[in-house]
Amino acid sequence: MLKINCPICGNRDETEFSCGGEAHIARPIADNKLTDTAFSEYLFMRDNPKGVFLERWCHTSGCRRWFNLARDTISHEIIEIYPMGQTPKTAKGKKAYQANWRRKSKAEAASKPAKRTVK
Amino acid sequence: MSPKQSHRLRANSTAINRQKPVQFTFDGKQYTGFEGDTLASALLAHGVHLVGRSFKYHRPRGILGCGSEEPNALIRVRHPSNAEPNLRATQLEIYDGLVAESQNRFPSLNIDFLSINSMFARFFPAGFYYKTFMWPASLWMFYERFIRQAAGLGKVSKNHHDPDRYEHKYAHCDLLVAGGGASGLQAALVAANAGARVIIADEQSELGGWLLTDNNFNIDQKPAMDWASTVIKKLHSMPNVTCLVRTTIAASMDDNFILMAERVTEHLSIKEAHLPKQRLWKLRAAKVILATGAIERPLIFSGNDLPGVMLSSAARSYIFRYDVLAGTRAIIFTNNDDAYYTALAIHQAGGFVRCIVDLRDNPKSQIITTMRKLGIDVRTGHAVIAAHGTRHIASVDIAEYDTENGGPTSDAVHMDCNFLAMSGGLNPVVHLHSQRKGRLVWDERTSCYRPENKSDDWVSIGSANGTFQLGRALAQATRITSSLVTKLAKENRRIIVQEPVAIPETDENKQNWAPLPVWLVQSGQPYISNKTAFVDFQNDATAADIKLAVREGYHSVEHVKRYTTTGMATDQGKTSNINAIGILANTLNKSIAQTGTTTFRPPYTPTSLGAIAGRNIGSLFDPIRTTRMHSWHHANGATFEHVGQWMRAWYYPREGENFQQTINREVHATRHYAGLLDASTLGKIDVKGPDSAEFLNRVYTNNFATLPIGKSRYGLMLKEDGMVFDDGVTTRLAEDHFYMTTTSGGAAGVLAWLEELLQTEWQDLNVYLTSVTEQWSVASLSGPNAKTILKACMSEDKNSADDFPFMTMKETFIAGIPARIFRISFTGEMAFEINVPARYGLALWSHLMRVGKEFNLTAYGTEAMHVLRAEKGFIIVGQETDGTVTPYDLDMHWIVSKKKPDFIGKRALERTSMDEPHRKQLVGLLTEDPNKVIPEGAHAVLDPDQEIPMAMLGHVSSSYYSPNLKRSIAMALLKGGLNRKGQNVYIPMLDGQKPIKAKIVDPVFFDKQGDRLRG
Repeated sequence: MLKINCPICGNRDETEFSCGGEAHIARPIADNKLTDTAFSEYLFMRDNPKGVFLERWCHTSGCRRWFNLARDTISHEIIEIYPMGQTPKTAKGKKAYQANWRRKSKAEAASKPAKRTVK
Repeated sequence: MSPKQSHRLRANSTAINRQKPVQFTFDGKQYTGFEGDTLASALLAHGVHLVGRSFKYHRPRGILGCGSEEPNALIRVRHPSNAEPNLRATQLEIYDGLVAESQNRFPSLNIDFLSINSMFARFFPAGFYYKTFMWPASLWMFYERFIRQAAGLGKVSKNHHDPDRYEHKYAHCDLLVAGGGASGLQAALVAANAGARVIIADEQSELGGWLLTDNNFNIDQKPAMDWASTVIKKLHSMPNVTCLVRTTIAASMDDNFILMAERVTEHLSIKEAHLPKQRLWKLRAAKVILATGAIERPLIFSGNDLPGVMLSSAARSYIFRYDVLAGTRAIIFTNNDDAYYTALAIHQAGGFVRCIVDLRDNPKSQIITTMRKLGIDVRTGHAVIAAHGTRHIASVDIAEYDTENGGPTSDAVHMDCNFLAMSGGLNPVVHLHSQRKGRLVWDERTSCYRPENKSDDWVSIGSANGTFQLGRALAQATRITSSLVTKLAKENRRIIVQEPVAIPETDENKQNWAPLPVWLVQSGQPYISNKTAFVDFQNDATAADIKLAVREGYHSVEHVKRYTTTGMATDQGKTSNINAIGILANTLNKSIAQTGTTTFRPPYTPTSLGAIAGRNIGSLFDPIRTTRMHSWHHANGATFEHVGQWMRAWYYPREGENFQQTINREVHATRHYAGLLDASTLGKIDVKGPDSAEFLNRVYTNNFATLPIGKSRYGLMLKEDGMVFDDGVTTRLAEDHFYMTTTSGGAAGVLAWLEELLQTEWQDLNVYLTSVTEQWSVASLSGPNAKTILKACMSEDKNSADDFPFMTMKETFIAGIPARIFRISFTGEMAFEINVPARYGLALWSHLMRVGKEFNLTAYGTEAMHVLRAEKGFIIVGQETDGTVTPYDLDMHWIVSKKKPDFIGKRALERTSMDEPHRKQLVGLLTEDPNKVIPEGAHAVLDPDQEIPMAMLGHVSSSYYSPNLKRSIAMALLKGGLNRKGQNVYIPMLDGQKPIKAKIVDPVFFDKQGDRLRG
């Protein structure tokens, strides 16, 4: 059972957390020209790498805050914990972020301009 | 009168207390042992070896080992009200009144009808079950009964109630030492002296490990066990040390999370009431030292499973720890030096060592010379090629043996005996290391897999690390622990690095620990085959099975393990794995390192489910939530149903009413007069913040930005895949303040999902969510008399009830209680959902019922609510939807905004597959026979006479008898259903009855215009 350092509460047992799966999947806004195939990459495709994986976790039985976590899926080493909305800072985390196929995906491109207010 | 302890020695061991005789029974026969005895040692003291029958062939089996490695001696213990199967006799300590019995025999241990299986051994080869499953399925149905009767380890208790209490304990420490042998004791001492909080745990009843089974050498100039006793006493006296015995470390997990099962009272005659039977420790250790020792390997030869054949180390344990000489005419069969010490022990205990058979050609050690000088027949370069006997070993065949080519090179000599101690070398206990994904390396010198120590957080030392020589092990324990302490001291001020700690000196001088690996002793005689050369005693897997598996194409060690089931029994191959790998490697002509090993997984030994459950059983298993009106429901005879964790009033039967009559009465009363439902369980979320309207606009399919203050709107929430996730009514309380309701079961999930969106996707939105489900009690008042009753209950401005349009909210007082009243309806009648601060719930409810009495107000439960809403065709999320249903499938196009540029699920609804004409769509069903109610979940077909398997059209999601329509009604999700209205479908019945014929109709059965609802 992992020990996870919640950015708000500190070190806690893994059982207090829930894993929200892959991080940095940008949500394409709906009024775009994405094909079904490109959209399905956002909706269905999830990575399951051997090695460094960037994940979202939530301290469900604690502060209920979400955060990002870079974890080695072989050694289970937690490389880095960083806030939502940010990208990794460590060399390993950065590499995993930049090398990810999503950076070039149409779905990610279609997430911009994000944060648009709907009136 | 119990029989004599014929095999008990005069010596005085410390483990047993001769002043305290203990009475117990085994298979109905009374025996006497001593306090401290295990069932195995007490039985052996009476010369009883035969304790069980084997799994597949029902061969007689005796006690092989002396601890948790025991594969054979699995027994069942009877308690007054239940029984426990598969306990190891070698670990079970006896107590007064213990009732133990053997397993897997019919009708008795001595005469077992199923032992005939061994005559048919060729029909039970490797992969027996796989092969059986390949026979025609109909035959399997026939055989299954017999196989199930014959197979299986032990029988569980018929009484499902476990009267014992189990506890969980959470703990932290700086260092956990797993194992209390010489290395473990030294490690604990070094760390404890530095001030570290140390836990040392051992699965045996006392600390000491292998030192308990040897008396031939000294540590620090005193007998080894005296040294150990001094250390143990010291550790016990230190406040920073916890010594645990009878504590099995079951699992070693990430970041040094350790599960330990402590047997607290099982061994006691008088069990104190405040103590649990077992305690499951959940431990987080900064560092872990694995000093788990080693387990001896059996030698694999024909008949090696006969009672009276024992591991050499076990035989020595019984002599030194329990004063029991397990056999009086002994053969020692070995490939290393250690077994000579067993021979010496037997000799010194007064036994007759008939012959020492050593596979090695010309071994040279002091001990061998010593044994020869004692006049003992030592035959090197020989092997026991077969053991004979019926229910006990009676004789062996010994021959000169060629270990290079694998076979005897002389005629066999027949020798009688009543005992055989065998030693095939040692296997370090690497399980806890392996559980952490630690790698194993094959050590050619000592012929064993030892752990590759790579982690800073957990390290193996001593025999567990393949360091078998005591002097080296003690040095290693000192050195490694000191370095861990240095690391710990950097983070922890409590821990202070000491002067270099002295390494205890020892004269232990076993010159040759390294065994000569001979994985399988070939008899070379056609009439003695490998089929009785057992590798895995517990699963009855033989050398022949492994060879067969290879012939049938299984070459990977993992495949062979599963195909032959070697190492898959409750002992997880503690004695068998390495031998199996050795035989496999030889058969494949590979090295052991090339062949590889299987992975050990937790738990180390079987852990009882009771310990895992702890106190989380019965009413503590899952919390139950009740509403503030619960006591009224209870007093008024309600039957309850579980909705999520809630207990909801299901229906309120009156004297002499059956289920249907109650529902009919409640439904009828609500439609014709008035009904009151406890709706407190509805999920309620307070949404506040300047961006609340924008947020709701993004999570609901319809428009909430335009909702005026004081108005309510029904909303449908989708997940990103376009499928319906939840529904409910949301009301705008202020410009920046909304009150959202969700389904009762979905409340927690909706809150979590909305929080996730706010925290991860839309961090720019300024919105705060608060769960207020338990802050409000809700009574839902509906029916033609609802308004009259409401008026009568209102404390002020009663006339405002007349000006109360559908889908609006008023804040007022009911019976003096501040209330938010919502004019919304789930019954199709004029209805008011009265929300009051939770603590007034019962007062509100009682007042409404009192005032409503003259207007025929009837309390109704969730079942009547279901019927009332189904009459109106209102869906229930989770009943009409199952995560594959879109709003379009529900014929709810009207609720999906075409104008909003985005909302969760919008893009997914535009996928081409969403237009697929054969999607399941929501329709109503009217049965041809109005009294026939279709079972919910039943499947509909177009043609009931088609061949099986039939083409399914869809399934019935809701089905009730409607007392208002005086007929059955149903809702169904049918392929292309929206275009099938008017067609007939058939619902085939499981019980052989005629298929039910029904017509596809619109799902709104009652008041299609909604006049009653709007009033």
